[in-house]
Amino acid sequence: MAFGGVHAVDDVTVDLFPGEVVALVGGNGAGKTTLIKTLSGAHRADSGEIFIDGEQVDILGPRDAKDLGVETIYQTLALADNIDAPGNMFLGRELVSRWGTLDYSAMEHATRGVMGRLNPKFLNFKSSVSSLSGGQRQSVAIAKAVYFNARILIMDEPTAALGPAETAQVGELIRQLKAEGIGIFLISHDIHDVFDVADRISVMATGKLVGTVNKDEVTKDEVLAMIIMGKRPDETTQQDIEHLHD
Amino acid sequence: MSTTEAPIDDPKSAERSWFSSLLKLLHISSIRNGFRVAEIDNRLLGMLGALAVIWIVFHILSGGTFLTARNLWNLSVQTAVVAIMASGMVLIIVSRNIDLSVGSMLGMLGMAMAVVQTEVLPNWLGIGHWAIFPIALAFGLLIGALIGALQGAVVAYVGVPSFIVTLGGYLVWRGGAWALSRGRTIAPMDRTFQLLGGGSRGTIGETWTWIIGAVLCLGIVFLLWNSRRQRIKFAFRIRPMWAEITVGVIGCGAVLGTMFVLNHYYMAENLAKRYAVEHGIAYPAGGLQIPLGLANPVLIVLGVALVMAFVATRRRFGRYVFAIGGNPEAAELAGINTRRTIVKTFVLMGVLVAIAAAVSIGRLNAATSGLGTLSELYVIAAAVIGGTSLLGGIGTIPGAVLGALVTQSLQSGMVLMGIESAYQQIVIGIVLVIAVAIDSLFRKRVTT
Repeated sequence: MAFGGVHAVDDVTVDLFPGEVVALVGGNGAGKTTLIKTLSGAHRADSGEIFIDGEQVDILGPRDAKDLGVETIYQTLALADNIDAPGNMFLGRELVSRWGTLDYSAMEHATRGVMGRLNPKFLNFKSSVSSLSGGQRQSVAIAKAVYFNARILIMDEPTAALGPAETAQVGELIRQLKAEGIGIFLISHDIHDVFDVADRISVMATGKLVGTVNKDEVTKDEVLAMIIMGKRPDETTQQDIEHLHD
Repeated sequence: MSTTEAPIDDPKSAERSWFSSLLKLLHISSIRNGFRVAEIDNRLLGMLGALAVIWIVFHILSGGTFLTARNLWNLSVQTAVVAIMASGMVLIIVSRNIDLSVGSMLGMLGMAMAVVQTEVLPNWLGIGHWAIFPIALAFGLLIGALIGALQGAVVAYVGVPSFIVTLGGYLVWRGGAWALSRGRTIAPMDRTFQLLGGGSRGTIGETWTWIIGAVLCLGIVFLLWNSRRQRIKFAFRIRPMWAEITVGVIGCGAVLGTMFVLNHYYMAENLAKRYAVEHGIAYPAGGLQIPLGLANPVLIVLGVALVMAFVATRRRFGRYVFAIGGNPEAAELAGINTRRTIVKTFVLMGVLVAIAAAVSIGRLNAATSGLGTLSELYVIAAAVIGGTSLLGGIGTIPGAVLGALVTQSLQSGMVLMGIESAYQQIVIGIVLVIAVAIDSLFRKRVTT
């Protein structure tokens, strides 16, 4: 993936298995967002291959990704602020009546159903999402992915705008979705969050993959060393780790 | 009064019989509560209130000539052209674009239709042939759609800001109107076009006016019933019955009241005499009062507004236009074809300009190359006064039609008072700014 002459992501391979959480970590400009945007159809890859269930697929736009069961929760949440929660949940995939008219009641009903599971305190189905709190807006974005039965879920900094209680809620939700067999790509700055929920961790730096490690086999310091120095755990010395804490 | 006043937030107050609730409506705070329970759009109500104030003030200042059937009938016809275009402008502005070219387009399309019906088609079909009207109109609609598609494509696919594209269009289409006419005034128009413009003969008459009124009332009742049925089906909270009935009664009352007024403006005496001769009626000594009823341009506005409101709120396309206005990136990521949607809004705009052009040349019974000059500004003003936000994402079709009615009411009222046109422009300019200022203050208060 290149923008102009700059290769934003180059020669990166990541795997994701059902019911697994793979965290993508790395500093600013490491290429995490670019990588997942090619998966979600927001960017078109210049080269490379995507396989889902062993079959090569072409993702040329957001529509293709959704049709393949790849749902994305963006850091910005990608909500239309002037539209209500049901409208946002079904944006681009509206339920329509026999006559092709928008079926507002059916959409509200479905939204109430999903929200009842995700966030029972959510009751504001009629006003535009601009009037909702950060956590509620997050719920809308997540509800979308859950309702449409994602097989692969991409979460870009899902907790960046949330308070501690809401962050815990998202962590709980990730475990729940994982148990349902959904594969999750988690992008996060927060190393603690990552160690909380991830199974494997892929570290990126300057558009390249530093390495992928099993969470249980590494320490937080080792992952930090990968992020900051671009060194794999087997290359990291004790001196490097001490260096981190200076 | 205060002794019978129930607490505003008492949930039970909504369930009282609608008679006692109506009594409660006599108190101002309860009115607000009633509106809240009835889920009526506050902004639209505010505009209706402003319109009522404008009408009453002008009625008093003009010595009792404003609120007459004659003036209101004329007002309805004068509003038509701007109202038709404003309902398309809403979607353009909602999607964060603008169309400055509609006035020039109106001029060129009017001129094109005029030339086709007076100088081209009669050579093939003969003067007064019935097919002249449909062919000339279809030609205008087609050119309008093509111009819209062209401007929309440059905006959406080439990425030139709509302000620039339509500023260019503003010059190009006005020049086109001049090139077609070489400064001539083309007249008279085909008879059917004249009917499209309203005027004494271009109305649907008393009976049909009542029929349209009845159909609209049935439509209101159906919409209320249907939404209630849907909400019951999904076990959502429903409006209390008194609110449903009040909304229905007010809506039908407004529709039938309008029809009543329009049916109380009569054909001018000389025309009525000719009518009597044509229909073999003896002309009575006391004069013949033939109600004009709904004028054709107003009927067209009704049709356009209903279709546009349906498209804007009940179809995916309308939803996408609002989504693009709210967050273009989110719309894109939701898999919406935002570029095609933008092109469609411009095509719709072009078609509506063609309809407005047909009404304009019919009403003038002529086409001049200056036709529609400055009307882009009145169209944008109508949409904005009607609550459309230039930041995108917010706007309604009924609001824009009301906005057109407000601007036209101001103009007509000032004409009745004998105010010079220079001062009319000054007043309308100030009202535009004040309306938007009030709106943004109101919005700030609501959101904080």
